[in-house]
Amino acid sequence: MRHIISLLMENEAGALSRVAGLFSSRGYNIESLTVAATEDPTLSRMTLVTAGSDDVIEQITKQLNKLIEVVKVVDLSDGNHIERELMLIKVRAIGNDREEIKRMADIFRGRIIDVTDRSYTIELTGTGAKLDAFIEAMEPSAILETVRTGASGIGRGERILKP
Amino acid sequence: MSTELTGAEITVRCLQKEGVDYVFGYPGGAVLYIYDELFKQDKVKHILVRHEQAALHAADGYARSGNKVGVALVTSGPGVTNAVTGIATAYMDSIPLVVISGQVPTPAIGLDAFQEVDTVGITRPCVKHNFLVKDVDELANTIKKAFYIASTGRPGPVLVDIPKDVSQQKAHFAYPEKISMRSYNPVTKGHSGQIKKAAQLILGARRPMIYTGGGVILSDAAAKLGDLVRTLGFPCTNTLMGLGGYPATDRQFVGMLGMHGTYEANMAMQHCDVLIAIGARFDDRVIGNPKHFYNEDRKIIHIDIDPSSISKRVKVDVPIVGSIPDVLEALLKLLKTGKDSPDHSALDAWWAQIDSWRARDCLKYDRASAIIKPQRVIETLYKVTKGAAFITSDVGQHQMWAAQFYKFDQPRRWINSGGLGTMGFGLPAAMGVQFANPKGTVACVTGEASIQMCIQELSTCKQYGLPLKIINLNNRYMGMVRQWQEFFHGNRYAESYMDALPNFVKLAESYGHVGMKIEQPGDVEGALKEAFKLKDRLVFMDFITDQTENVFPMVPGGKGLSEMILV
Repeated sequence: MRHIISLLMENEAGALSRVAGLFSSRGYNIESLTVAATEDPTLSRMTLVTAGSDDVIEQITKQLNKLIEVVKVVDLSDGNHIERELMLIKVRAIGNDREEIKRMADIFRGRIIDVTDRSYTIELTGTGAKLDAFIEAMEPSAILETVRTGASGIGRGERILKP
Repeated sequence: MSTELTGAEITVRCLQKEGVDYVFGYPGGAVLYIYDELFKQDKVKHILVRHEQAALHAADGYARSGNKVGVALVTSGPGVTNAVTGIATAYMDSIPLVVISGQVPTPAIGLDAFQEVDTVGITRPCVKHNFLVKDVDELANTIKKAFYIASTGRPGPVLVDIPKDVSQQKAHFAYPEKISMRSYNPVTKGHSGQIKKAAQLILGARRPMIYTGGGVILSDAAAKLGDLVRTLGFPCTNTLMGLGGYPATDRQFVGMLGMHGTYEANMAMQHCDVLIAIGARFDDRVIGNPKHFYNEDRKIIHIDIDPSSISKRVKVDVPIVGSIPDVLEALLKLLKTGKDSPDHSALDAWWAQIDSWRARDCLKYDRASAIIKPQRVIETLYKVTKGAAFITSDVGQHQMWAAQFYKFDQPRRWINSGGLGTMGFGLPAAMGVQFANPKGTVACVTGEASIQMCIQELSTCKQYGLPLKIINLNNRYMGMVRQWQEFFHGNRYAESYMDALPNFVKLAESYGHVGMKIEQPGDVEGALKEAFKLKDRLVFMDFITDQTENVFPMVPGGKGLSEMILV
């Protein structure tokens, strides 16, 4: 099953490679991984999307907790949470297609952030599924380039991850 | 304001503050400033090994037998890569070590400098934690953290990589008395509700079994374990790493379990209804195939300091995360003050069953053999040393025979590489044991293949006058490899034969030691007695043993504990 795991860790050189190394050495999946410093610059917040049986996910959270630089781990999929991903997508936009693509971007609440006479670059946020749907909606040959951040997640309401 | 010290001085001062008496190491370019500071003082004594792997194993043997953090010092590049086997050995067996490595100067890092490797990267998967110190102001704090992390929680090796320029730069020195880290707070107390549940299960048991591992040794919980086992009257088995955790000569001890465990221990593990696992991790060499191990009538209580060891290979019913002495104390208090006691008639029936398994005499061998049987050498070693020696071993058949036939009544007497299975461990580990126990009798049980993996340390033993006794069970084969080839590969002994062996007697003599070759069963006891009388000499005893002897019982890979091959 897909799980979205969020963790706080010391913002130190090498901390990211400890997490990545743990996943590769123990054979766990990583679908995506995002990381950046928090409002407290000594801490990084990481969101990991992984998949595995309940036993594997239990081991993953235990092994993450065991890393010396990891302050806290939470499996966001255990409760209500929100997740968002950012995609930048560059599409060929010529002639009649220009209006059609702009309309499509509006429907998906995307924003066109770069325009040339032959292309649009669209910024889109949402769940992974929404971004997939936008890609589906585009003519495949029109897609020039996509870049996605992977999911970031946060608990709903009072569910807060703090050290 | 005190004067400033160099990074090298700070390093040595930190070791002094930690009460380190021995550092095992090998010098090189990147650590020259640190060696210079070691030279200028005499509180921390440096032991010069002949290969960095041996420095790690010696520090490891020192830590295992002496219950202190072992310290090793190696240079950058090949110094570190040679040390990796020793670091991984300590990591697999949760041994507290602090490894200090030199690194090329910070401006040279990443430029493929001479003797540069990415030490932190190479060692990351086999250390509890590691540090690269880029700022001399952080050095003392980092070394303090290293000792703290290595020795608390589930212990393990911690590496501190110090670039050469950092060892030269100066900083104000203040060694922190205490340290706290927001991201590292090992638990100690077990959950009281869980301990209550465990007590209830224990009291309701009809076929109980206590199974303990290296965690009991590492946490110094042997006395409390003994109290628990005797209070309950339950059978107890130890893993290879846990030997000495419960006295092997006691009737309630059913022997080691696992791939080469006793019939009674393995059968009792398989058929018990309540299993109390303490500081053990259900690894593949212990329980075999988890699917075959599964028994729906069995409830499992698991006490361990490391949550990730619990429910890793085997689902448990009552997990208790905590330090073993604390948890056992709380459990004992509940059991001793409660009104209930275990069902004695059920327990009697269970013991009768265990005794019938015991009567199978699974460790029997041909005592009348005209060729020296390796088991006989270990039995005689036990007799001659009155069971009081520190025994280190290498890896293979000799290791299993030592574990089966030397009865360890005390913890920290049996020193072997259980998790990683590192050939070459025995001799350097014995050196560390002797430094930690200068008055102790130390013997290394080895084979002609393993001993050659770190034999250069005979030179170190000469330099420091270490009176080790090396018991070489020489069967001219990599015995365990040959045994597997006999059982599972149609007797095709691919590359398991040790051709062109040295004359070990002359080899020992050339290093300035005493060498003995023993070829007749009738000479075994006399030779051992003679060797142990030589109190101030290293004696290399080359026992020419039966080439075809196998280790029994044996649980073949992929099988369950009750599917043993018996002699």
